[in-house]
Amino acid sequence: MEKVIAMNEAIECFVHDGDLVALGMALEPLIPFSAGHEIIRQKKRGLTLIGPISDILFDQMVGAGCVAKLVMAWAGNVMMGVGYNLRRAVEKGIPRRIEIEDLTNFSICLALNAGAMGIPFFPTKTLIGTDMCRYSERIREMVCPYTGERLALVPALVPNVAIVHAQRADATGNTHLWGSTGVVKEACLAARRVIVSVEEIVDREVIVSDPNRTLIPGFLVDAIVHEPWGAHPSPVQGYYDRDHDHFVRYHEESRTEKGFTKWLDRWILRPRNRTEYVNLVGHERFQRLQVERSHQAFPVEYGY
Amino acid sequence: MVVTGAREIKDGELVFVGMRLPLLAFQLAKAIHAPNAQGVFENGILRDRPAGKALFTIGDAPCIEGAVWTTTMMDIMALLQRGRVDVGFIGGAEVDRFGNLNTSYIGGRERVQVRLPGSGGGSDIASMARRLVIVMTHERRRFVERVTYLTSPGYGDGRGWRERMGIRGGGPSAVITTLGVLRFDAKTGEMFLQSVHPGVTPQEVKEATGWPLRVSEDLQETLPPNPEELEIIRRYDPSGFWTG
Repeated sequence: MEKVIAMNEAIECFVHDGDLVALGMALEPLIPFSAGHEIIRQKKRGLTLIGPISDILFDQMVGAGCVAKLVMAWAGNVMMGVGYNLRRAVEKGIPRRIEIEDLTNFSICLALNAGAMGIPFFPTKTLIGTDMCRYSERIREMVCPYTGERLALVPALVPNVAIVHAQRADATGNTHLWGSTGVVKEACLAARRVIVSVEEIVDREVIVSDPNRTLIPGFLVDAIVHEPWGAHPSPVQGYYDRDHDHFVRYHEESRTEKGFTKWLDRWILRPRNRTEYVNLVGHERFQRLQVERSHQAFPVEYGY
Repeated sequence: MVVTGAREIKDGELVFVGMRLPLLAFQLAKAIHAPNAQGVFENGILRDRPAGKALFTIGDAPCIEGAVWTTTMMDIMALLQRGRVDVGFIGGAEVDRFGNLNTSYIGGRERVQVRLPGSGGGSDIASMARRLVIVMTHERRRFVERVTYLTSPGYGDGRGWRERMGIRGGGPSAVITTLGVLRFDAKTGEMFLQSVHPGVTPQEVKEATGWPLRVSEDLQETLPPNPEELEIIRRYDPSGFWTG
């Protein structure tokens, strides 16, 4: 079944107020900024965002008022440090108070993996003795029935929807994703619905020519969105590198509430879709981010 | 700090490379004295050679190009939990006399003064790496008697705490700061001053520390960077973004 739809349709159909939404699962690369911005434009409310390290996307969604809760290991601006919207929300309740469940990168992995495997929790040696453990109502401890050692238990996370950006997919959602993959696979296996935006839609032949490259099989995917530059300003291996200046400017301009409102209006609310956003950023900038020095993998033989 | 950090990496080790200065320390160690060290990055990367271009995050395209292994975060964290990572580097906003770190809430969870970004993989590294190296700016507001929120465990309330809690990794072995290098007492787990950077007095370090800091009887002066080391740092941080 073909699942290619526009981003606004995908968000309208598959993201609802109050949902648990997994976003930014590959950490610094492949952040689905285009999808996040459409969620902001559609004024979704009361979302719980799940993600290990989301760079500035979580900060923008918190500032736009979409978020009731973050389940996260780290939120801010990876290159520059703090996220000012996160600070305003937690310290002053601006634009609204949010709840935070503090976890670590590994415990988010384990929570999604438990969700993906259909088991209630995962035992681990991380988190023990920390204040994340102390202040969490969900993290428990147990004594291992085999070895007698102390274990922290991370309960399963089952997102209503996982949204990921990848290099390419076919029209039925079989998705090739390469480079470091973070927790993308676990999130998609755990989630009830999956939206994938891609740089390119390719024929099925391209996908099955290299099945090791497939991170998400199409049967898990509800919507495929053809969204070139959909991860900008984060990088997509083989397509474009990270736009560092954009993160620096966001840091400077989101320092005050007023500054952020201006940023939000200019970069997120006014462009009605990704095409208008790409025009706004300017083709010259995109040209500079494209691959300069090609480095292609050697082909592999799958024949028999 | 980068040069001193690099010296904590031994040849052949598997290093958990964090963001910012540790990234440069790893590149420098590889180039100078630890050519067989390999680096793992939490987003899912193993590299045996430095990246070809200056990096601003570990997910930049040049960090993935030429890697030995690109994989899931689960695989990298599993290596850590399994005890295969020799040394990890992390920073923090607050550190206390037993090497516990706060990167979450200044003022604590209930009376938040400043919301910081959070653990990321920092707490995982502090709990499970065989050795931990902490890299921080040395200021009195950062070096506190007791952290207001414990994000990443050091020696808790002293030696023996990690064992009692059942934490597997070895705990912090060094704190590298803008003023000197501090290590931890083998009996008590308390931080003490091991060396001062050239031009820094032990008194200055004490004044920048929020508890009565003990000074090693064998206090040394940190070996300054040599021209070769400086040249390599400039190569990987040409704009001076990290090392200004």
